[in-house]
Amino acid sequence: MILLARRIGFYLLAALVAITLDFFIPRLMPGNAVAAALANLHSQFTPATIKALELQYGVGTDQSLWTQYLHYWNSLLHGNMGISTSHYPATVTSVISAGLPWTLGLVGLATVISFTLGTVLGILVAWRRGTALDNLLPAMTFFQAAPYFFIAIVLVAVFATKLGWFPAINAYDQTLVTPGWNWAYISNVLDHAILPALTIVLASAAGWIVGMRNVMVTTMDEDYVLVAQAKGLPKRRVVNYAARNAILPSVTGFSLAIGFVVSGALLTEVVFSYPGIGYILQQAVLERDYPLLQGVFLIITFAVLTANLIADFAYVLLDPRTRQEA
Amino acid sequence: MAIGTGIGAAETPPVTADAPVPGRRRAPRLRIPRSPKVLTGLGLLVFFVLLAVIGPLVAPYDPSASLSSTNGVPQPPSAAHWLGTTQTQQDLLSQLLVGGRSTMLVAVMAGLVATALSVIIGVTSGYVGGLVDDLLSMVINIGLVLPALPLLIVMTGFLPKDANPSDLLIGLIISLTGWAWGARVLRVQTLSLRNRDFVDSARIAGERGWRIISFEILPVLVPIIASSFLFTVIYGVGTYTALAFLGLINGTHWSWGTILFWAQSQTAAQNGYWWWWVPPGVAVALLGTSLALLNFGIDEFINPRLRTAGLSRRRARKTGLPRRFPLGVTPVTRPRAPLPAAAGRPAAEETSS
Repeated sequence: MILLARRIGFYLLAALVAITLDFFIPRLMPGNAVAAALANLHSQFTPATIKALELQYGVGTDQSLWTQYLHYWNSLLHGNMGISTSHYPATVTSVISAGLPWTLGLVGLATVISFTLGTVLGILVAWRRGTALDNLLPAMTFFQAAPYFFIAIVLVAVFATKLGWFPAINAYDQTLVTPGWNWAYISNVLDHAILPALTIVLASAAGWIVGMRNVMVTTMDEDYVLVAQAKGLPKRRVVNYAARNAILPSVTGFSLAIGFVVSGALLTEVVFSYPGIGYILQQAVLERDYPLLQGVFLIITFAVLTANLIADFAYVLLDPRTRQEA
Repeated sequence: MAIGTGIGAAETPPVTADAPVPGRRRAPRLRIPRSPKVLTGLGLLVFFVLLAVIGPLVAPYDPSASLSSTNGVPQPPSAAHWLGTTQTQQDLLSQLLVGGRSTMLVAVMAGLVATALSVIIGVTSGYVGGLVDDLLSMVINIGLVLPALPLLIVMTGFLPKDANPSDLLIGLIISLTGWAWGARVLRVQTLSLRNRDFVDSARIAGERGWRIISFEILPVLVPIIASSFLFTVIYGVGTYTALAFLGLINGTHWSWGTILFWAQSQTAAQNGYWWWWVPPGVAVALLGTSLALLNFGIDEFINPRLRTAGLSRRRARKTGLPRRFPLGVTPVTRPRAPLPAAAGRPAAEETSS
């Protein structure tokens, strides 16, 4: 398991870089935006809060950068990301933890569906190469190139506004149901999740299809596939042999794709006013809530790194060669 | 592997199937496959470039100007306003025309800078090797896993609130998150090129390192660099639109994302003001599609195995290829000779499910 240990080490390093960037970006950007924002807040907040925020951003202190950096690490390790200025007096941590389950549920589910669907379709398109299915590819390109939020807006306009099949905003209807383990609430949540999830699946599946197809086309030329077919194995098993090998690069490509998917999902949430991390992020942008902005960035980064780690575990499970070295 | 064919095409004048005209022996260095996909992409791209150049000049109105103070409802397309108006009676056609230039400028700037970064980092990493390679690959990999959009949001979020940053600055910031993918691909290709015979012979002949890189290695990498550039421009278009859509770009800095930002903030989709959000969204998607279609062409140039898939049926019959290729046989170019395995197609292939 040396490989996995090395990967874990790498992700820890990446997290370290993200945290350090998070610390330096506000201090390096020109035209001190934080000081200006803080000056606006003096009338609304207690002096103690202002003092804490000033400390967090190194405004008006004579501490060295290194001391500030250590201080920043200290509060981060205690789970303290500061006060959210737009949700005052709530802390950044509490605002984020209220939104995180929605995003994890939505993006996690949609990504699993899209990956599975994309891989299966990719295999199919590669196998039936040269048939009418090839015409799907340019259409895929359009879906890949269209911004997630544009697809989301189209879905809202068609299925929510025009046809009225699904609700257009929110994660559940607060006037109708109360959160809890009852069917009314759960079905309401699912009803609200269908359009956002469909957006993510539509927008991201194209990438998996094209990627899988291209690897599959190459894999189908391998000798072992020819042998399998020459032996007269049933078609299903031949496809299976090729697909199992072709899927490995797809799993590797996951790390590249997951960042895009998460970014797209954030924008999707904005369109649907879905109360997840993306929506919180946009509110933070519009309200100039810097502590929240930075907290959201860190949380998203950690989530993406964790997803990558899971993909690495899956790779080790799928590819016996990686296990032999250990 | 894939690059092998690139070398063959670039170094020796190949006897191509489509250039048998006597007396006109061209040695095409970069044969772009003339497939319908590539031609469509090229046509669309030319259209968008023209739009970016002349768009702001032919825009009928000032995109920010409120043309009527009496009406508070977006007007559908009419003779006076071909694409209708916004809530505050701004002309949407003008916004679209003016916004095209900003969108293209940012995307191209991001593409250029990011590609330059990826060439410098990727090729250096692959060519120099050793500790430098270890360090640079680590930087590349970290650049790959950090989620780009949230990082960009944090960076642009800390720009001064009322600032109206120039397109070039926005492009530059976007490029900082868009170089890692290209760098990784280029590094791998450079690694495989480093020990080829032609590079070795240049080294033995006493060429300097930078000369080998720029005259021996870079020319071979051109298709990959071009592909990486197109990819980054697509990324730039999408990212810039996303940033503007989120409201991180000043609302009077017209781009297609800005139009979508205003449409979203006035809930245009929920109110049925389709003329507000459809044109900018379609424009972004079409621009991305055109670049991606061109990229297909480059992909097929780099990896000829993908190319046959683009042959039409009639064309395939003309070149003597079976309509559907059995496993194990991928015609790499358009062969004149009959395929050896074509006759012995397995029966399993016929009874397709």
